[in-house]
Amino acid sequence: MAIEVRIPTILRTYTDGQKAVDGSGATLDELFTDLDTRHPGIRERIVKDGELRRFVNVYLNDEDVRFLDGIATKLADGDSVTILPAVAGGAGAQPRPAGVVAGRRAGGTR
Amino acid sequence: MLTITQALHDALVAHARADHPDEACGVIAGPAGSDRPERHIPMLNAARSPTFYEFDSTDLLKLYRELDDRDEEPVVIYHSHTATEAYPSRTDISYANEPGAHYVLVSTADTDGAGPFQFRSFRIVDGEVTEEEVSVV
Repeated sequence: MAIEVRIPTILRTYTDGQKAVDGSGATLDELFTDLDTRHPGIRERIVKDGELRRFVNVYLNDEDVRFLDGIATKLADGDSVTILPAVAGGAGAQPRPAGVVAGRRAGGTR
Repeated sequence: MLTITQALHDALVAHARADHPDEACGVIAGPAGSDRPERHIPMLNAARSPTFYEFDSTDLLKLYRELDDRDEEPVVIYHSHTATEAYPSRTDISYANEPGAHYVLVSTADTDGAGPFQFRSFRIVDGEVTEEEVSVV
């Protein structure tokens, strides 16, 4: 059972630079285990404690698998799986300190 | 060094300002391998938060398919900080997954006293942050 897996740039170190590789498995979980036999280490970048990592998106054809069955999502011959790390971040820290004068933002004079 | 046109620079600042106090985010695509940011693609911040951003997952797939079809890559990945300086946070560093991209941060908080906006660019590779010069042309 052949499934095409599209690999993001950041994980191509595991696939000798290939943008897509073939794998097999009845579920995503099996597919990632299969990939790991030929591309050691790749599974751990996608899966943690038996679940998909929070900031790695996996799509079956056009659908985010979080809206399907996650890592248990069933696969069929000819399916295409795409892996894309989330594009995310943010200040995540402290709120604006007191004493910063908001009104200056709009003005050009200081 | 990041070389960017005045028009694109201004478009990023305008986007950051429009979404304030939430963080704004997006990319500027360019021909693969060119290192030239050309096509501004503002993205929706699915987190709609003043301290976090994340591209919507469906939009993300659509974006990467489109870039692939057009033989483009994300030359610039940008977002705003709305209450802190334009410097990558620990969160930014841990989720940075495009070692070839220029990570642009725009701050809409006047924290440095130097003016209304900070516009700074960084490389983030393997958790290491390197600031680079921004040349507006």
